[in-house]
Amino acid sequence: MISNSRRIVLPGDLLSTNPRTAGYGTFVENGKVYAKILGLMDKSETMVKVIPLKGRYIPSPGDVVIGVIREVVSNGWNVDINSPYSAFLSLTEVEIKGRKPNDSLDLDDSIIAKVIGIDPKMKVSLTMKDKVCRPIRFGRIVAINPTRVPRVIGKKGSMIKLLKGELGIQIIVGQNGLIWLSGDRKRVDIAEEAIYIIEREAHTEGLTDRITEFIKSRKEGKENE
Amino acid sequence: MSEFKSSEEIKLIVDGKRIDGRDFNELRKIKIEAGVLKRADGSCYLEMGRNRVVAAVYGPREVHPRHLQDPSNAVIRYRYNMAPFSVEERKRPGPDRRSVEISKVSREAYEPVIMKELFPRSGIDIFVEVLQADAGTRTACINAATVALVDAGIPMKGLITSVAIAKVDGVLVVDPVKEEDNYGEADIPFAFLIRNGRIESIALLQMDGRVTVEELKKATKMAKEAVLKIYELQREAIMKKYRTEDIEE
Repeated sequence: MISNSRRIVLPGDLLSTNPRTAGYGTFVENGKVYAKILGLMDKSETMVKVIPLKGRYIPSPGDVVIGVIREVVSNGWNVDINSPYSAFLSLTEVEIKGRKPNDSLDLDDSIIAKVIGIDPKMKVSLTMKDKVCRPIRFGRIVAINPTRVPRVIGKKGSMIKLLKGELGIQIIVGQNGLIWLSGDRKRVDIAEEAIYIIEREAHTEGLTDRITEFIKSRKEGKENE
Repeated sequence: MSEFKSSEEIKLIVDGKRIDGRDFNELRKIKIEAGVLKRADGSCYLEMGRNRVVAAVYGPREVHPRHLQDPSNAVIRYRYNMAPFSVEERKRPGPDRRSVEISKVSREAYEPVIMKELFPRSGIDIFVEVLQADAGTRTACINAATVALVDAGIPMKGLITSVAIAKVDGVLVVDPVKEEDNYGEADIPFAFLIRNGRIESIALLQMDGRVTVEELKKATKMAKEAVLKIYELQREAIMKKYRTEDIEE
C-alpha cells in the first residue's frame, strides 16, 4: 500500500516551496521544487526527492555492472552495459595470465566489471581489477528495471542478505539491472521468482516480510515434491 | 474545402447540439491505458472518440546513425504515422507531406519540455501510430505520447496536453469529429504545457481556415478548459498502472 508520505508524483508536480530541500529527481524553477520524473515522493524535513519507478541506467564511477562483450578491438573490448552509453574495457584493466587477450574474454562473453569513470564524450570506462569482477562462465543472469535495483539490495543489503542466507546461493547485483545468480538450480529458480516479485512491487511497503514468507513457502513446496 | 459545400447543405449544428449530440464544449469519450507494449520503455494506448492511437517511447538510447548525435543534448525524434487502414479510403503507407509536418510540429512541442541536457549523445524516440482516424489525430497522438514519455521515466518539466477547437456553422466547438473538420470553417489544434495542474505555456498552435481575433481568444479559453479535463485523465492513466500493481499480490 502507498502511504501518504510516499505518494506517486508525475513530472511537473509541486513538491516543496523551499528550493534548498531539492534532491534527486527534482528541479527548481522560480524558487519552487517540482518533480521531473515519474516516481515516489520521499519528503523529509531537510530534503525532498523522487524515487524513480522507471528509467534507464546512467553509469556512475564505482558501480558494479554486468555487461556483454560486443566487440573485440586491438586495445580492449567494447561492452554493452544495458545503458544509453556503451562501455570500454581496456586491455590494461584486465589481468591476463600469460594468455592471448581473446582467450580470456571473447565476443558474447558476460562479465562483471566496475565503472571507473565517464569521459565528456560519454564513453564509459570499465575495470576488471577488483575482487568482485570476473568473467561469467556459469549461473544465470536475471534482468530487471535498473531503477528497482536499490530495492533488490535492500536497506544496507538486507534484502540481498535475506536471499543469500535463506537459499545459500551466490548473487551479484549489477547496478545496471542485471543480476547474476549461481548455485543449486531449484534454489536459483526461487531466487529468480523472488527478484521478479521485488521488481514488480518495488514501490510498495513491507516487501522484505512478504519475500521472507514467499521463500519459506516455496522452499517447503520444493521439498514436498 | 468549405467553398464547395455550403453549410446549408450539411447542417452541423441542430437545435444547439452538434452532429453527434455533444454540447459545444463537450469532449469526446477518452480512454487511456499506460504501459501496453512490453518491449518499449514507455507506451500508451489512447481512444478519443473514434480515434485510436498507440504511442511508444524508447530511450534514452544510443543514436544511430552516429552523426546525428548531439554532444550536449539528447536527440528527440518523433514519428507520426497513419496506418493504411486508419481512414475510409486506403492511405498509401509511409510518410507523406502531412505526416512529416505533424511529426515536426509535435517534436517541437516536446523539445523544450523534455530535459534533454541530462542525456548528452543519446536519443529519445517517440513513435505514434494512428490505427483509426476521426479528426484531431495529432492532438490524440500528443496526449498519448505524453503518457508514454512519463511511463518511460523520461525527465520532463511538465506534461503536454492537446485538444483541437473548430469553427462550424459560425460557432466554436471543442474536439471536432470528421464531419465538423471537413465541412467546418476552421480547425485549430492547441497543445499546452501543464505543470502542477496549471497551464504554463502554449506548446503548439496551428490553424487551418479563418477566424477573427476575438474568436481565436475565445478558442484559446475553450481549449484551456478542455485540456485540464484531459490532463486529469492522463494522470489517472499513469496512476492506475501502479495502483493495479499493488493489488496483484
